[in-house]
Amino acid sequence: MDSQEQTQVGVRRTVIRTLAVLVGMFAFAFALVPLYDVFCRITGINGKVDATAQRIVHEEVDVSRHINVQFITRGSPGLPWQMSVEMRQMSVHPGQTAEVDFTFTNNSPNESWGRAVPSVSPSNATRHLRKVSCFCFEEQLLQGDERLTIPLVFQLARDLPEDINTITLVYTLYPVEHSAQNASLTDTLNNSAKSDLHSLVQGDLKDDLKDGLKNNKAAGVAI
Amino acid sequence: MAPKLPPQPPLQHSTTAAADGQADSHAAPPKGILRWLLTTNHKEIGSLYLIFSLTMFFIGGIFALVVRAELFQPGLQLVNPEFFNQMTTMHGLIMVFAAVMPAFTGLANWMIPLQIGAPDMALPRLNNFSFWLLPVAFTLLLSTLFMPGGGPNFGWTFYAPLSTNFSPPSTTFFILALHIAGISSILGAINIIATILNMRAPGMRLMDMPLFVWTWLITAFLLIAVMPVLAGVITMMLMDINFGTSFFDAAGGGDPVLFQHLFWFFGHPEVYIMILPAFGIVSAIIPTFARKPLFGYASMVYATAAIALLSFLVWAHHMFVVGLPLVAELFFMYSTMLIAVPTGVKVFNWVTTLFRGSISFESPMLFALAFVVLFTIGGFSGLMLAIAPADFQYHDTYFVVAHFHYVLVPGAIFAIMAGVYYWLPKWTGHYPNEKLAQWHFWFSIIGVNLTFFPMHFAGLAGMPRRIPDYALQFADFNLLSSIGAFFFGASQLLFVLGIILCVRGGKKAPAKAWEGAEDLEWTVPSPAPLHTFETPPVFHRTPH
Repeated sequence: MDSQEQTQVGVRRTVIRTLAVLVGMFAFAFALVPLYDVFCRITGINGKVDATAQRIVHEEVDVSRHINVQFITRGSPGLPWQMSVEMRQMSVHPGQTAEVDFTFTNNSPNESWGRAVPSVSPSNATRHLRKVSCFCFEEQLLQGDERLTIPLVFQLARDLPEDINTITLVYTLYPVEHSAQNASLTDTLNNSAKSDLHSLVQGDLKDDLKDGLKNNKAAGVAI
Repeated sequence: MAPKLPPQPPLQHSTTAAADGQADSHAAPPKGILRWLLTTNHKEIGSLYLIFSLTMFFIGGIFALVVRAELFQPGLQLVNPEFFNQMTTMHGLIMVFAAVMPAFTGLANWMIPLQIGAPDMALPRLNNFSFWLLPVAFTLLLSTLFMPGGGPNFGWTFYAPLSTNFSPPSTTFFILALHIAGISSILGAINIIATILNMRAPGMRLMDMPLFVWTWLITAFLLIAVMPVLAGVITMMLMDINFGTSFFDAAGGGDPVLFQHLFWFFGHPEVYIMILPAFGIVSAIIPTFARKPLFGYASMVYATAAIALLSFLVWAHHMFVVGLPLVAELFFMYSTMLIAVPTGVKVFNWVTTLFRGSISFESPMLFALAFVVLFTIGGFSGLMLAIAPADFQYHDTYFVVAHFHYVLVPGAIFAIMAGVYYWLPKWTGHYPNEKLAQWHFWFSIIGVNLTFFPMHFAGLAGMPRRIPDYALQFADFNLLSSIGAFFFGASQLLFVLGIILCVRGGKKAPAKAWEGAEDLEWTVPSPAPLHTFETPPVFHRTPH
């Protein structure tokens, strides 16, 4: 093999290897999307709370600590809804179960679907905010001019880091595209499946709640 | 005024490139425009890249001048805010992707085969294709300015959801243009890696290569690693905009912060892609005009590699204010500061190379020396920005603008200009007009500092970037910056004039155009014939 051929072989090898790296990196970029979600779910660092209900953990209420939980609601263009909360902030002890009412108002005469997406700040409180029941787990349907009040039930875990005194929970409303036809079979199926599951969770929840409320007396103090 | 080097007689050497009748073994190239469309010659493609880059440098420069004209005084005078946003965005995109990157690729095309003793690039036809993708990409990008809704207006970093949910309809064309430019860069990088790894002159080990070749090899690996990530990000944007996915849309369960992570995972290595070849150029010029071998060759190579590796670990220092956890802020702060170590090694080596050298100050050397000083200023303001708590104050202010313009204009662009003045005798066979080049240098250095130095103060005082109007207390700084920008822009016409005069004639240059120049490119005649090193040269190892 003369040197010319050797070079050709070498070039071909280099090109194949670089192309492999290229394809690998392109795939890596897309793999980062689920990896990022997994990473954030494990560490809770992007303020995204679990999208499913969590069970109440029975633990002793730490009355020595008062955590100020603030609520912020935001609308978004494209959805003629208003979202309001019964109180802007409340004081909660770690371990205590608390409930707060959110009201959704559809300001237009037409029905529409929306979704409230939560975010928690500071982000390292995310994992310690346990949502027992939340409207944010699913999309909402509001009829024209309907007004709907839904409670949020949550518990702060006892192991909430010492340096956290205030937690802010933000809900941003987003429109959900559901055309009439789109509410098709699959959707209905999904929804019914979801609501089955939901009612199950809710059943559990009611019991838990009763216990929880009995144990903890007041569910948070408005401040 | 620096003394001129005495012209040296052309070296007699054994390469067949100098032999007459060499061109006979090649078919006559097609005439006219077809010659340039179909050329596979690395020198012609290199020239095409450089001419393209220079053209885009002026287009991007005009956009910058629109911005500076609007900011000349407070209030809204010349353009409306929507157009202002398109100008800042287009200026950034054009300068990064169409001016600086192609200029380095052009220099690589011209000089890498000459510096390693190869007859051409490894994949000449691919080389042609990578160049001709560029005019397509940037014609498409520039055409978005004339589309309904205007061109991209979300900053060159195109953060989602600003670039997805709230972007003009032309964004899909922007994405396509960036895809094409990205493919061009990737193909260019593959070609450069294949050339360097397989086509070196017999006897030339990797650690014998000139530093420009080394820095480009590492840059090409960076390109291979991160351009696909950019392609991935803009593909996700494309799908979010057109196909209803929600990678970056919180409403559908996506995360806008993810965009920033992905973008800067590409973006930070990208800024080193724009500076590593500049290090290589300066490392060629300083030893030549100090008439000493480069101090610390091996440490230069390792420092370059270290910078490249670290560049993958620092991306979130662009995102200190998105609400990163404290641990992440600390990690990215320290890893960013760590980059100052290999960079410091480089600056130390350049200064030590100068130490007790017999220095002369021809135009390439002036630009290279200005590079060392001004790039270091940019490096220091980078260190200030790396301090996470301080960055909360600096973020998105003109301090950031001052920082990255100091590393890109008197950094990357001065190095390119130094390289052009350094290698023009090899390309054209004539020395550039030294007096003109010196005027160009002094005007440029005054213009650059007048433009960008006051931006530090405006930024520290809190002036936000990308806003067409500003509070009255920033008026003086902005006045100075705008005057400087027009002065700098106008003085670049001297650069063009110098190049045109040099192509048309001037003092004849010998093969070894500069007294202290050592690398292989100086063994072929000036101007370099179309085909060189058809039989590989004998490489004599000089101790670095």
